Amino acid sequence: MVALATADRAAPAVAGASLDVEAVSHAFDIDGAVLPVLDDISFRVKPGEFVALLGPSGCGKSTLLRLVAGLEPPRSGSLREDGDSITGPFPSRVVVFQDPTLFPWRKVWDNVALGLEAQGILKHQRHRVDAAIDLVGLLEFRNAYPHQLSGGMAQRVALARALVNDPKILILDEPLGKLDSLTRITMQAEIASLWRRSGFTTLLVTHDVEEAVFLANRVIVLSDRPARIKADIAVDRPYPRHRGDPILAELRRNILGLLGLDATW
Amino acid sequence: MSTYSASKTVALPQSVEEGAAFAGRPLSLPTWFLASGTAVSATAAWIGFGLSCLLWEDLGDWSRTHALAIAAFVIAGGILAATASGQWLGRFGVGLQARAPWLLALGLFLTLWEIATAKFAWLPLPFFPPPQAIIEVYTDDLPKLLDSVFASVKLQLGGYAIGAAAGFLTGVSIGWSRSVGYWVHPVLRFIGPLPATAWLPFAFFTFPSSWSASTFLIALATGFPVTVLTWSGVASVSNAYYDVARTLGAKPSFLVLKVAIPAALPHVFVGLFMGLGSSFAVLVVAEMIGVKAGLGWYLQWAQGWAAYSNMYAALIVMSLLCSGAITLLFRTRDRLLVWQKGVVKW
Repeated sequence: MVALATADRAAPAVAGASLDVEAVSHAFDIDGAVLPVLDDISFRVKPGEFVALLGPSGCGKSTLLRLVAGLEPPRSGSLREDGDSITGPFPSRVVVFQDPTLFPWRKVWDNVALGLEAQGILKHQRHRVDAAIDLVGLLEFRNAYPHQLSGGMAQRVALARALVNDPKILILDEPLGKLDSLTRITMQAEIASLWRRSGFTTLLVTHDVEEAVFLANRVIVLSDRPARIKADIAVDRPYPRHRGDPILAELRRNILGLLGLDATW
Repeated sequence: MSTYSASKTVALPQSVEEGAAFAGRPLSLPTWFLASGTAVSATAAWIGFGLSCLLWEDLGDWSRTHALAIAAFVIAGGILAATASGQWLGRFGVGLQARAPWLLALGLFLTLWEIATAKFAWLPLPFFPPPQAIIEVYTDDLPKLLDSVFASVKLQLGGYAIGAAAGFLTGVSIGWSRSVGYWVHPVLRFIGPLPATAWLPFAFFTFPSSWSASTFLIALATGFPVTVLTWSGVASVSNAYYDVARTLGAKPSFLVLKVAIPAALPHVFVGLFMGLGSSFAVLVVAEMIGVKAGLGWYLQWAQGWAAYSNMYAALIVMSLLCSGAITLLFRTRDRLLVWQKGVVKW
C-alpha cells in the first residue's frame, strides 16, 4: 500500500499477517437453548493470502469473521494473528460489513477518518484519509453526507474507512452482497487490485461462488450449521484473472457440486 | 371588492422561481393590477382599518386612536409601494406576494375588531379592549412590561439550561451504563411523571428564594422528557455502529462521545422540544403564585386590577416569546442535524 504506507514503514514485501484458527467452536444461547454455529474449525492463512469462506446462508461464516475481528471470544479453540492470541478488536484487523454502516452524521471524509481519530493519530495523519478516499475514487465526494451516496459509493467509502488503517488482515463480510451486479463486478476487480498492490491478508466471506474463485487464492467451503470445513481448495491461477477462464469455470462447477447445487449447472 | 374577485381569475405563482419570473416581467398597468389583486385588496383593507378608527367617535377614552389610524395608513401605503415595486425587490417582493392573503385577512380582522369594540361595543367593553388600548399599553406601560419580559426570560433560561443539561447527562448515563440504569430508572419512573407544578408547595418552603424554587421546578419539568428521550436515543443506537467503531480501535469514551451521543441527537431534540413546552407552563404558574416578577405575574396583576388591555398585551408578548424560543430550538436542530435531511422529513 504505497499510497497509504506511513513514512516510517518502508513498504515490506508482505504487509499481511498470518492467521491461525485452531479448533474453534462457537455457539449461541437462544432462549436457553444452545445453538451450535461453528464446529471444530481449523485453518491457517499465510501472510498476504486471499482466502474466501464459502458456505450456505446462515451457516456461521459471519460469526467466524466476528471471532477473527475479536468482536466476540470463541467458546473453545483459539485464534492467533502472527502468533499472538486475538483477545479483542484491534485496527490491524479491520472489517468491511455487508451494510456500509457509515455514520450518517459524518461526512465522507470524517467517516474515513474514523479509525485514525479513534486511535488518536488523526492530527498528524490527515493525508492518509485523503489518500484512502482517492484510492476508492471518491475524492470529489469527500464532503458529501452518506445519504447522498449510492449503495456502491457507500460501500467504497466503507472500504476506504478500512484501508486507511493499513490493516494487516482485511476482513470482508459479504461486502458486495447488496450491490447490483454491474457495481459488484467493478468492485471485485478493484478489491483484487487493491489487495495485489498492498499485500494485506484478506479473509472474504461470500455465498457467491464466482466471486470466491475470481478473487481468492484459496476457497474454504463450509457445511450447513454448525459449520465444518468441507473442502479447502487452492485456486492456482495468476492475476489479473478473467471471468471466462475455463479453469475457474471448472472450479466453480466443482464447488457448486460440494454445496449440492451442481444439478442446474 | 371587485379587485378581490378579479384576482381569483389569475393563477397564483406555483413556486418561488415562477413568482420571480412573474415579478421580473415588465407588465402593463391593467395586467399588473390583476396580478397584484390580493395585495391591492390588502391595501384597501388596511385603509379601511384606518378609516374605521376615524369615522366614528370612540366609546371609551383612548389616546392612541389617531396614531393607530395613521399607522394603518402607513402600512397600507407600504404594502402598495412594495407591490408596485415588487419586480425590483427580489425575494422580498416574492415573499410579500405570497403573504398578501394574510395581510388582507389581518386588515379585515383589525377593522372588524375596531368596530366591534371601540365603536359599537358589540363585545362587552372592559373585557374586550380595542386595538388602540393594547397599543396604549405597549407605549405607556413599556418599562414594567420589559422588566417582566426580562425576569421571565432570565428565569426560563436558567431553569431550562439546568434541566436540559441534567436530563441529557442522566439520559446518557442510564442509556450507557447498566448499573446507573438499575438505580436511576426506578427513581425516574416514580418521580418523572409527576407534574412539576405538584412540587410547588414543597419547592416554595424548601428553597431559600422563590426564584431558586422556580428554577428548580422549571428544571424538573424540562429534565424529565429530556432524560427519557436521550436515554431511548442512546439505547436505540444500532450495535453495528459500535462494532464498526470497535474494530477501528475505538475506546469506550469514543463510543459514548462520538457514536452514542451523535446517533441519539435526533431523540434528544424531541426531548428538548417537549421539555420546552412543559417548562413554559411551569414558568407561568410559578410566576403567578410565587415569584413577584415576570409575565405570569404581570398577567395576574393585570387581572387583579381589571386591566384587561394589559392582560392581552402581555399574552401577545408571551406568545411571541414562546414561539420564538421554539423557532430558535428548531433552527439549532436543523443546523446540527443537517445530516438527517433526506432521512427524516419534519
